Amino acid sequence: MAPTDNPHKPFGIDYAPAPESTAVVNIADTYGHFINGDFVEPSSGATFPTVNPATETHLANIADGSAEDVDRAVTAARGAFEGPWGQMPGSERGRYLFRIARQLQERSREFAVLETLDGGKPIRESRDLDLPLSAAWFFYYAGWADKLEYAFPNRAVAPHGVAGQIVPWNFPLMMAAWKLAPALAAGNTVVLKPAETTPLTALLLADVLQDIDLPPGVVNIVTGAGATGAAIVDNRGIDKLAFTGSTEVGKAIQRVASTRRIPLTLELGGKAAHIVFEDSAVDQAVEGVVTGIYSNQGHVCCAGSRLLVEESIADSFVERLRRRISTLRLGDPLDKNTDVGAINSADQLQRITDMVATGVSEGADLFQPECDLPDKGYWFPPSVFTGVQQSHTVAREEILGPVLTVQTFRTAEEAVEKANNTPYGLSAGIWTEKGSKILWMTEKLRAGVVWANTYNRFDPASPFGGYKESGFGREGGMHGLAPYLHERADVTGGGA
Amino acid sequence: MAEHIPVDKTFKLFIGGAFPRSESGRTFQVHSADGGLLANAAKASRKDLREAVRAARSAQTGWADRTAYNRGQVLYRVAEIMESRRAEFTSVLTDMGHSPGDATAEVDRSIDRWVWYAGWADKLHHVLGTVNPVVGPYFNFTFPEPTGVVVVAAPDDPPLLGMLSRIAPVIVSGNTAVVATGGPSTLAAVTLAEVLATSDVPGGVVNILTGEKGELLPWALGHMDVNSVDLTGAPDGLEDEAVAAAADNVKRIVRADPAGASPYMIGDFLEMKTVWHPIGR
Repeated sequence: MAPTDNPHKPFGIDYAPAPESTAVVNIADTYGHFINGDFVEPSSGATFPTVNPATETHLANIADGSAEDVDRAVTAARGAFEGPWGQMPGSERGRYLFRIARQLQERSREFAVLETLDGGKPIRESRDLDLPLSAAWFFYYAGWADKLEYAFPNRAVAPHGVAGQIVPWNFPLMMAAWKLAPALAAGNTVVLKPAETTPLTALLLADVLQDIDLPPGVVNIVTGAGATGAAIVDNRGIDKLAFTGSTEVGKAIQRVASTRRIPLTLELGGKAAHIVFEDSAVDQAVEGVVTGIYSNQGHVCCAGSRLLVEESIADSFVERLRRRISTLRLGDPLDKNTDVGAINSADQLQRITDMVATGVSEGADLFQPECDLPDKGYWFPPSVFTGVQQSHTVAREEILGPVLTVQTFRTAEEAVEKANNTPYGLSAGIWTEKGSKILWMTEKLRAGVVWANTYNRFDPASPFGGYKESGFGREGGMHGLAPYLHERADVTGGGA
Repeated sequence: MAEHIPVDKTFKLFIGGAFPRSESGRTFQVHSADGGLLANAAKASRKDLREAVRAARSAQTGWADRTAYNRGQVLYRVAEIMESRRAEFTSVLTDMGHSPGDATAEVDRSIDRWVWYAGWADKLHHVLGTVNPVVGPYFNFTFPEPTGVVVVAAPDDPPLLGMLSRIAPVIVSGNTAVVATGGPSTLAAVTLAEVLATSDVPGGVVNILTGEKGELLPWALGHMDVNSVDLTGAPDGLEDEAVAAAADNVKRIVRADPAGASPYMIGDFLEMKTVWHPIGR
């Protein structure tokens, strides 16, 4: 059979559809808040819809959390902290976390399908990344619950109390797991708010928490949008705040937390440089760059959104990149062959569309592969801007969509200079086969996570978080425990 | 032979390794505990703060690029110079109202504290860094790096020990510091600046501004090239609005025990960097 020009059918054969069945999920018509171990109606009676962004079909009505609902959740969390959870030895707290991990493993297909339905990400990613990592996060921190005294030598630690946690829509369950697991292992109780466009997997997690007999009030889930989040931030019963989301909202939260002296963890935006040297393994680098920006439709705070490629290979690299992007399969997120799913919401699609229009109007050259977008739903094709100047909006501002900018450099020093020329500092990527250059770059890049000859890897044992305006505090590893503990005033460590 | 007439010292700022007066020409009077006039000290202005931040920023990369061993030796050298001037520091503290016994004890602890932190320079990574057993064929490790430029509100009590207990954990890892102090601590600050100027500490690594902390801190909290502000010695009246301005560039705000010492206090001014690399053939 002769090769064809169609990149999707290089040998004239297309993939047959391979949709994952949705029979495994059971979505209720309406969801209340999960407070003190039970689903309860919102005080106002108000709800908002959550839709499948791939089809725009209505999935469920979700309770809209008021300040009164938040207060109820905080009261329940306080009761659990002063009651069973606060009295419980770490070894027993750990048992509950292990149980959550196992339940997530056992019900992973159900969670993965629900995540894809509610958020639009390819099933391949929710199945192979979000779910395994969510389970692993609980399993990892479960083991810390009875070993806290080994994490901080010469320091006696205690939990803060009630933690308010606000998570985003790009990895809904996984972000909840990143937040809940260390907080609970450390002995805190939690009021969690999932994002308004993706509340379903957190609410299914509530189902798991009931099944494993987690004491009521240890985890409370209040759904809603920004106003609900603000009610958590402003609630006087909260002892600790953790937020993952935009830098703009993060700064607003810091303003409140810093004046009220509440400990805070912020995991905010990014504009990561992905740096490719001429002495890299180029085919692998192409794959890394594609993974770095197009996985999860670029809805990744640490996405490698700025490609910096050494000038000597720039033209050929961009050509390879275009060819590779042309083979990405965009469409039904439930199809196991899909590489690029739906944009999470109409609002986010509008933001991406506007940013790309700005990029064009400011003079950058836009490339998008030929690609049929479905009629219904929110879609945006993988996009690459070349001819990008540092001053261009698309090179400076976080887009959180499948949009890559390309700039070139001549020396490693210039690459560092350009990479660090941003208020963000979450992550960076380096591709070179020269080990000493990797380590030199690693020391110079002002970013919390550096992926060398790989990209977008996550693990519960691996601390994650930003420098500069990408936030502070770490999630993952021993470092991820620290934000959920404080030094006990009655026992002080050594020193001179 | 005529009686020696004392040559009084002019109290100035310490910026970039030099001792300038305030560009504003402002001064304030520093009195000893018994009410005698000690000096007309320079009262730092907003522009002096900006100059100090610029000096700190310029010095930061070079200081962080020193080896940890070298930074440890520089901090140890500070202790050596302080030791050689212990009589002067003791009289500073007695001028401020300490009893001779208390003054001697605080000077001793101050010198010991430099030595203690000097030893941390090349041990931080052991205690605060990790190698992480991730799933998959990757070598993954996490290590501390300095945050950058830190503005330190020096505590008034204990005046000498408190000030250097907040400076040492900032600079030992490679940060640079702008110290805001004033009032009765001015005398200790100016004397400490003279030690730092003669101790192999590169110019700009520690900058000391005397004046009104309540005036200097809001400027520091709103400065977009400051990475962190240590409010341990902040005055009580600091407005919420001023502290909230720190969020404009997501500054790390620190509040700690004014006279404490701990590697975790060093950690307050560190960023953790995690590196992944594949393992393969």
